[in-house]
Amino acid sequence: MSVNINTSYKQLEQKSKITNMMLRWFLYFVLILFASYFIFPLYVMIVTSLKTMEEIRQGTLLTWPSQLNFESWGVAWGGRGYGAGDTFLRPYFWNSIKMVVPAVFFSTFIGAMSGYVLTKWRFKGDKWIFLFLLFGCFIPYQAILLPMARTLGVLGISNSIIGLVVVHSVYGIPFTTLFFRNYYVSIPNELVKAARIDGAGFFKIFFKILLPISAPIIVVTVIWQFTQIWNDFLFGSTFSFGEAAPIQVALNNMVLSSTSVKEYNVDMASAIIAGIPTLIVYVLAGKYFIRGLTSGAVKG
Amino acid sequence: MKTLRIENLSKNFGSTEVLKKINLDIDEGNFLVLLGPSGCGKSTLLNIIAGLETINEGNVYIDDYNVSKVEPKDRNIAMVFQSYALYPSMNVRENMIFGLKQAKTSKEKIEEQLKKVSSFLKVDELLHRKPSQLSGGQRQRVAIGRALVREPRIFLFDEPLSNLDAKLRVEMRREIKKLHQTLKTTVVYVTHDQTEAMSLGTKISIMNHGVIQQNDTPENIYNKPNNTFVADFIGSPSMNLIEGRLIQNSNKITFIAEGSERSTQIPIDSYNFKSTSDLNDRQIYFGIRPEHIHFKKLNENDIEVNFKANLSEYIGHEQIITYNFSNQEILAKFPSTINIELNKEMKLYFDLSQISIFDKNSKERI
Repeated sequence: MSVNINTSYKQLEQKSKITNMMLRWFLYFVLILFASYFIFPLYVMIVTSLKTMEEIRQGTLLTWPSQLNFESWGVAWGGRGYGAGDTFLRPYFWNSIKMVVPAVFFSTFIGAMSGYVLTKWRFKGDKWIFLFLLFGCFIPYQAILLPMARTLGVLGISNSIIGLVVVHSVYGIPFTTLFFRNYYVSIPNELVKAARIDGAGFFKIFFKILLPISAPIIVVTVIWQFTQIWNDFLFGSTFSFGEAAPIQVALNNMVLSSTSVKEYNVDMASAIIAGIPTLIVYVLAGKYFIRGLTSGAVKG
Repeated sequence: MKTLRIENLSKNFGSTEVLKKINLDIDEGNFLVLLGPSGCGKSTLLNIIAGLETINEGNVYIDDYNVSKVEPKDRNIAMVFQSYALYPSMNVRENMIFGLKQAKTSKEKIEEQLKKVSSFLKVDELLHRKPSQLSGGQRQRVAIGRALVREPRIFLFDEPLSNLDAKLRVEMRREIKKLHQTLKTTVVYVTHDQTEAMSLGTKISIMNHGVIQQNDTPENIYNKPNNTFVADFIGSPSMNLIEGRLIQNSNKITFIAEGSERSTQIPIDSYNFKSTSDLNDRQIYFGIRPEHIHFKKLNENDIEVNFKANLSEYIGHEQIITYNFSNQEILAKFPSTINIELNKEMKLYFDLSQISIFDKNSKERI
């Protein structure tokens, strides 16, 4: 009897081993499939940017370049060196940096402040103000184009980097406020009470007590805002042109305004250059990004 | 001069009245416990004393000085919170001296205070740790230390032990008691735990629905509750409140429980009524604590009553027996060594020197 039972258990064990293995292989297969699906366009971009135009015309999308040719990267970044009609990314890249850094800073800072006020210094009607701010998250970009253009005109900062900084800061406030408000809600009010008894005022409590523990949500907000502002095309193309345009607009002009042949290798290199800063931000802060997104769930 | 005096204080949040005409005072060096169920307004009252909440009506005086409109930092108080509220980004040392720094205290004075308090609370080894690296008890001690360095006139404690586990809670309770015995600073302490209140307080204020029900010594709160709320709230299991009526015959007063025979009258002449007029036929609650129902006749005026046991709950050192007394449930507490047979009539003895009697309508002690 006991022998019988043992063998049947062994058979069962064998069987479940095989099933497990098959499931595992299937899992890997699916994962690899999806991974290649996502990585494929990037592969094509990189490979194409390293080919000469000759090779592009003769080979297929997937062919590996015969030799690594970085010339198109140089052209994309610094141009060919002849005068009129030569568009390249370098000046616009710096335009974008000059736009994105202050815009991210101001929108994050204002969001942190309003999140602090909305949670720790409650006042009559604060719920309504928060509701209206939330509304801001749902207003489509297109809806604010005309009023914003008029406002920038009145302020005398249309077609300038400063104008774009203002636009992005204002448009970002609803999001940043939402982030910070939700983060600060989970921080006990007793902390503020204790600080008040200790004699700290409104700003001291913010800078000395709350801001030092806001790192996770600051990272989330910075990544979010950086990505939004860096990748923005609509505001950039509406409120700026020529010299003052940010990189995404310049990229568009470059790719569309090529008069002669389409230079796919230069286009691809430009697109990658335009995307690199967001990638860097993600790589540097991605760890905190995930942590910050879930930080409300578990009390640290 | 009273260290703290509260006069006709009222507070409402919108249309909800949280505190209604509170009058309260504490003498120097006393330990006042505000006790009540959650939502009774005790924490609001503490926050008002601290200056963290505004007042709608009435005044708060500290050392006879009206502080109703004074900022928290200038009230000469310090507060310990339930969540400890240690500043997470600062280490223990910075946490403790933050208040002194804000008050622009001289460096030497800060160091001196810090040294004194940290060695007194045995946290001098922890000064460079962050709050997240401390255990619950250590955090508690640092929170107390942060309050101590300021040398306040009044200490405010807001449920400081309720975040600790049961064992640590008892330990910290004793430490707070010792602390008060050593420092003799005036304390206002909020809790919903009656054991804490009883063991710590020199005075207890029981609150319910924003009204102080009784403000008295722990002994009086326990033995002479002002009304049925206090009687019911204090003690575990709480006081038996037997419904019935009084019969006054010349100068003999007896109690008949509702639904019982006229023959089972309980003579209560020994009870100290506030006024003996108009007692006849009055509807009352007869209050007796479970531990004042005895198994044997212990005192001269213990009175014998017949009971039937329904239920027995064993809780280690003692047992709680549920009896049926003319269709009302009555609980009694005995040592667990006594063997009690269920569903059988038995004789028990009421200790009449320990009873409380409340009017059925007003619920007040009479």
